[in-house]
Amino acid sequence: MDFSQIIPSLPSLWDGMKLTLQLLLLAVAGGIALGTVLALARMSNSALLSGFAKAYVNYFRSIPLLLVITWFYLAVPMILNWITGEFVAVGAFTSCLVAFVMFEAAYYCEIVRAGIQSISKGQINAAYAVGMTYSQAMRLIILPQAFRKMTPLLLQQTIILFQDTSLVYAVGLIDFLNAARARGDIMGQSHEFLIFAGAVYFVISFGASSLVKRLQKRLAV
Amino acid sequence: MSMIEIKNVSKWYGDFQVLTDCTTDVKKGEVVVVCGPSGSGKSTLIKTVNALEPFQKGDIIVDGISVGDPKTDLPKLRARIGMVFQNFELFPHLSITENLTIAQQRVLGRSKDEAMQKGMHYLDRVGLKAQANKFPGQLSGGQQQRVAIARALAMDPIAMLFDEPTSALDPEMVNEVLDVMVELAHEGMTMMCVTHEMGFARKVANRVIFMDRGAIVEDCEKEEFFGNIDARSERARQFLSKILAH
Ligand SMILES: Nc1ncnc2c1ncn2[C@@H]1O[C@H](COP(=O)(O)OP(=O)(O)OP(=O)(O)O)[C@@H](O)[C@H]1O
Ligand SMILES: [Mg+2]
Repeated sequence: MDFSQIIPSLPSLWDGMKLTLQLLLLAVAGGIALGTVLALARMSNSALLSGFAKAYVNYFRSIPLLLVITWFYLAVPMILNWITGEFVAVGAFTSCLVAFVMFEAAYYCEIVRAGIQSISKGQINAAYAVGMTYSQAMRLIILPQAFRKMTPLLLQQTIILFQDTSLVYAVGLIDFLNAARARGDIMGQSHEFLIFAGAVYFVISFGASSLVKRLQKRLAV
Repeated sequence: MSMIEIKNVSKWYGDFQVLTDCTTDVKKGEVVVVCGPSGSGKSTLIKTVNALEPFQKGDIIVDGISVGDPKTDLPKLRARIGMVFQNFELFPHLSITENLTIAQQRVLGRSKDEAMQKGMHYLDRVGLKAQANKFPGQLSGGQQQRVAIARALAMDPIAMLFDEPTSALDPEMVNEVLDVMVELAHEGMTMMCVTHEMGFARKVANRVIFMDRGAIVEDCEKEEFFGNIDARSERARQFLSKILAH
């Protein structure tokens, strides 16, 4: 084992990590936003909306993420082409981001739904009673309380997503794992670089998990 | 003049009829107490008044506006009716001040200063000005319920609905809430109160309604209700003897 080339390679590994984190942050923000919309649709009185949301969630939870990533890589440019009528170049990053947002939204939807359902009916009644509309009651009263309660679960899902971002190698994006692999090949230290990458994933994920557990205990009090 | 007119209201949960042909009214400045055994439909009836519970038959007219009419702007109507719940239902993620001002600002469109001024005025009236910057979880039950009353009053309601406002409270806190309600009644507020506090009913009610199995069984002047027990229905007498024995 020879780890000597890792230190000189740190700048290019960091470039990969930057892509990973960028993708993660955007996917989490988009996924939670779309997931919240889906959760509200799922719980709405309209059979059409709630049926659609239910089907969406069931569908995306039943197919592999890798499939979604590769499929969107091919489909997003085609769909945009079809809508705008002209050829639009969509980078792998954008198509991956769309894939992650749409896939993760299915999982975030279920978390958000459970969070909203954990808020008592009395709270929505109280919000209505002071004259709030449905949207005001949700935005000002229910969602802020629900998000507080579900923070640990949202973070847990985000840690899973952090690991899943490595799947973007399938469409050639240079994320942290892919950078480590490419660099290791060039330096002739493939094993060492992969071991190092594994250690980095472990430290970040495990550290974040421990933080979540502590947060969970604090919120439970 | 009737402020709240309930006309032949019936409501079903599936096959189960919760409200059967309920008719009554609350005049401007009147205090009406609603009582009855558990499950008789008191909460359901009072919640139909501000459309928190929909109903399938009949209509309710609040200050000339039909609650049952699908064209009625319900949020706007609700903003004019104050409601106080059994479990207080303050917004736990907001400070007492924010609890008092949020609907004034977001629903009535008042400025922050105006909402603050109004909120503090009512918080002072329920004797809790010192708690303005705390959160609901830091207050006792009785204090929370008084804040809930202040929150409703800050909207300048034309009537107030109370659903068992003291039944979730420790006994030593019941009076601090009842005192606020008595004062409100004396000032001429129109009030519909679900409560088993017969002392309160004796002191300030104009009329008492007794409900049983979803129907209004008794609806009479307070003097008649308490003064002429023999003329009451069997169920009402049973109920009264049970709660007055306590
Ligand atoms: N969502 C619901 N679905 C079915 N039945 C319901 C529902 N809500 C209430 N009920 C039933 O309707 C009846 C009336 O309930 P309600 O809460 O109005 O009674 P109440 O007189 O306020 O009783 P309490 O004194 O216990 O508060 C009860 O039998 C109750 O079980
Ligand atoms: Mg009740």
